[in-house]
Amino acid sequence: MKFAVIQFPGSNCDQDCLAALRSIDGIESDYVWHKETSLSGWDAIVLPGGFSYGDYLRCGAIARFSPIMRSVVQEAQSGKLVIGICNGFQILCEAGLLPGALVRNRSLHFVCDMVTTRVEVTDSPFTCEMPVGALLHLPVAHGEGCYYADERTLSELNERQQVLLRYCDKTGRVVPAANPNGSVENIAGICNRERNVFGLMPHPDRACEKRLGSSDGARIFESMLRSLAADRAAA
Amino acid sequence: MKVKVIVTPKETVLDPQGAAVREAMLHLGFSAARDVRIGRYLEIELEGDPQVQEPKLRELCRDLLSNPVIEDYRLEMPNETK
Repeated sequence: MKFAVIQFPGSNCDQDCLAALRSIDGIESDYVWHKETSLSGWDAIVLPGGFSYGDYLRCGAIARFSPIMRSVVQEAQSGKLVIGICNGFQILCEAGLLPGALVRNRSLHFVCDMVTTRVEVTDSPFTCEMPVGALLHLPVAHGEGCYYADERTLSELNERQQVLLRYCDKTGRVVPAANPNGSVENIAGICNRERNVFGLMPHPDRACEKRLGSSDGARIFESMLRSLAADRAAA
Repeated sequence: MKVKVIVTPKETVLDPQGAAVREAMLHLGFSAARDVRIGRYLEIELEGDPQVQEPKLRELCRDLLSNPVIEDYRLEMPNETK
């Protein structure tokens, strides 16, 4: 399966994403520059972390208008898998592909740490390889990762089981102390209503090798791979 | 012609920066600061008739200069700024 890693000016996890994806059997991956206008021929799209356009104005606000984004929106609407990591998550929210927004961490500190997240739903192309309650150890590194959504959006997210990951402690309890950035309801990652677009603040791309401290991130990419393979077999 | 855009965080959105600044004001003995909100201020130098540009400017305020999920904006056209 072919995964496109979009490069914006200021992306800095594009290489991490490419290396992580290529380390997984069955995934081919390459970069696509943000000035490109087509993503046909790719099975999945990855918006990597970084500081696109220097985070000017708001994180992701300018990247959202890059030429490639028109195609990302089109492909997302046609059902293609899209994952946005960190700055990629911010871009997806700015583009309106995911509800809510990411604002300054409640502590005002840039957090660079290892966190534990709990898989809330297995019914998604991004978590289908894991049982509900599985714990993923993933790194975070962000200054604007506090997820915000108004109450109506929040109850919709919960009703439709769109919250895929929540920050939790080492035993899997979703408690305020385990929340690194003040995100509402400890939300670490959400998908859209159609379940083909996923955004998360933690970095699965930096956790695909044991020697990096965790290989749990690979389970997200493996889930995507399995779901793509199932779709292809059904077609 | 100069138009001004003022972007502020919505009432319902927590503003930790504003809270930190208010805290500093209190430390400096200014106890009257009940709340501080930090936003963004833009000055846009325009060519041509501002009235003609206004609809497009409003569109830009909504789509680019502010994020309606978390922010409100105010567009001040030259004739309103007196």
